[in-house]
Amino acid sequence: MKKYAALLLLIAGTTAACGVDGGAQDTAPSARGPIKIWLSNNKEEVAWGTAMAEAWNKAHADQKITVEEIPAGKTSEEVISAAITAGNAPCLVFNTAPAAVPQFQKQGGLVPLSDFADGASYIEARTGQAATQYKSPDGKYYQLPWKSNPVMIFYNKEVFKKAGIDSENPPLSTYEEFLATSRKLVSSGAAEAAIYPAPSGEFFQSWFDFYPLFAAETDGKQLVEGGKAQFDSPEGHRVAAFWKTLYDEKLAPKEKYNGDAFADGKAAMSIVGPWAVAVYGEKIDWGVAPLPTSTGKPAASVKTFSDAKNVAMYSACRNRATAWDVLKFATSKEQDGALLEATGQMPLRQNLPATYGDYFAKNPDYVTFADQAARTVEVPNVPNSITIWQTFRDAYSSAVIFGTTPPAEAFKAARDKIDALARQA
Amino acid sequence: MMAVASARRRLASLAGPQPVGLALIAPYAVYVAAVFAYPFGFAVWMSFHDYFFAAPGARVDRPFVGVGNYVAALTDPAVRRAFLNVGVFLLINVPLTVVLAMGLAVALNRAIHARTFLRVAFYVPYVTASVAVVGVWLFLFSEGGLVNRLLGPLAPEPSWLVNEALAMPLIAVFVAWKQLGFFILLYLAGLQNVPRELYEAAAVDGATRWRRFRSVTVPALRPATLLVVVLATITGANLFTEPYLLTGGGGPNGASASPVLLMYQRGIEQGLPGMAAAIGVLLVIMVIALSWLSRRLLEVR
Repeated sequence: MKKYAALLLLIAGTTAACGVDGGAQDTAPSARGPIKIWLSNNKEEVAWGTAMAEAWNKAHADQKITVEEIPAGKTSEEVISAAITAGNAPCLVFNTAPAAVPQFQKQGGLVPLSDFADGASYIEARTGQAATQYKSPDGKYYQLPWKSNPVMIFYNKEVFKKAGIDSENPPLSTYEEFLATSRKLVSSGAAEAAIYPAPSGEFFQSWFDFYPLFAAETDGKQLVEGGKAQFDSPEGHRVAAFWKTLYDEKLAPKEKYNGDAFADGKAAMSIVGPWAVAVYGEKIDWGVAPLPTSTGKPAASVKTFSDAKNVAMYSACRNRATAWDVLKFATSKEQDGALLEATGQMPLRQNLPATYGDYFAKNPDYVTFADQAARTVEVPNVPNSITIWQTFRDAYSSAVIFGTTPPAEAFKAARDKIDALARQA
Repeated sequence: MMAVASARRRLASLAGPQPVGLALIAPYAVYVAAVFAYPFGFAVWMSFHDYFFAAPGARVDRPFVGVGNYVAALTDPAVRRAFLNVGVFLLINVPLTVVLAMGLAVALNRAIHARTFLRVAFYVPYVTASVAVVGVWLFLFSEGGLVNRLLGPLAPEPSWLVNEALAMPLIAVFVAWKQLGFFILLYLAGLQNVPRELYEAAAVDGATRWRRFRSVTVPALRPATLLVVVLATITGANLFTEPYLLTGGGGPNGASASPVLLMYQRGIEQGLPGMAAAIGVLLVIMVIALSWLSRRLLEVR
């Protein structure tokens, strides 16, 4: 018994010592000097970022940028969150997920960009009206909207031909058409699956099945607006019923595929952003179509999920004046053009097709995506953002993918939970 | 004078008759304090607060919430489901591990041919990274995988990994298979301590092979069995990799989610370490209770 008493005492002692924070560190927002930045480990983005840093370093010998890839982890967000807690986050991360911003902000990990004299005006001048989606509830910008990957329907023309479907203008615009096409694709044996979104339970998977179609069906509603969940609506239920039909009729498999189902020819269609052009471009004879809606809205008015990645400045940064200058340099018209050239991803900039006319003339494959980039919907910038997405995903899995709960019941329960989560500041 | 003497006596009684011993255990004591006691104490503290990870120097409010996190955890159907899941897991995994490891260890102890090969064969899955072995099992048990092809029309519908009734049992079998090598080793060590005379005496009494196994081997291996049961319970309660990778995040529909997977989701992904810590403390209590029960049932008195 004595042994346990000693252990308890030890625990009590350590417990009492916890919960004390270090003193506030006061970093001068006007300081200049060397800074460190993180890039995603996407090959093309690393090439762009390295070239960008070299160009900057040539002109600023006393304020050099050190470029690193985000250290490996299960997700980038986890690594960044750990770095915030440890106090060793870099100045800028060129891969900050908008869904993670509320949490990073709560952790005290982000520098409000609006606090720079030209902060808000620079962001709004570059991105235009769409920038407001990235504002935090306190009215400040904690992220610079950087680039988007507006998702659309990618399809394999050869598979469509094999199934006897028009491969130039496939009937995919209404739910009816999309389902009929899917049935044909599978019953003809042209593909095992019509479409194969990841059916697994990670919180972010809904961004590539439910959410884009929800954005299209509602003309641009976010999952949560004005502190209220929006998906338990006739539109949300139509989207859910559409996916449920695909799963019930085995046009979309319920088991996770290990690999790339579209690249392997298992699935005839996929929901992807413009990054796909570079990835599948050579291997697959592909076509791109707007997302389906119940009534078949005209392509020019269909909205979608942006799948944006942004840049944020982290509070561990000492030389914040340099970091802000680098942020503006890296998102200048010239560097945005270089990014587009290198990755095919769309800078979150106004009038994209007009600004880079030459590029789109040379690369017509990207024009559809550039056009779509003007009509995107972001994840809501609300407290408990990740918990909200996980709650939604769990309800969706149960109601739509596995069909164990009636959708009406599952969505209602998720709505109540999410309304409560969005209220907590 | 008296006070000094009594203080010295108290010090001496605290240090014990061999004061050097204190220095010798110090490194381990420090290790346990730093790697186990401190983090555990911290977790307990966290579980009573609205805690979240914050940047150094950030001014944040982490109020004391009493048992709020525990109430939140216990009223969350996903958490209750996860504890139920891990219960199902242990119910299948632990007995299976004991039976298979003991049986194979006894067979291996007798085997003359290819003994080294067999030992290595049983041990390989244990030392191979989970991620790699999971890949092999995905190949075996996915919808169009080898097992379903062999079963043909007998293949379960829905398939193994997306079947709510089969996902967790499959994981239990997977983990039992993966760790078998280690537990066989424990039993092999135990077998070396069984006196030969007991077998001889039993043989003289006319005991059959099965009778000798039941009346000599099994009781003699009791201490090893206790160790195996307790270790298998502890590793089982810490289940994470398999539901994370094999069933795509605790799927289907949370049917294979484990408490540790939920701790990861809540604590790391969703920024609710307070609730995650509460789940962790509940898990520790559960493991201690189960270990105590195993000891009561299995220990040789």
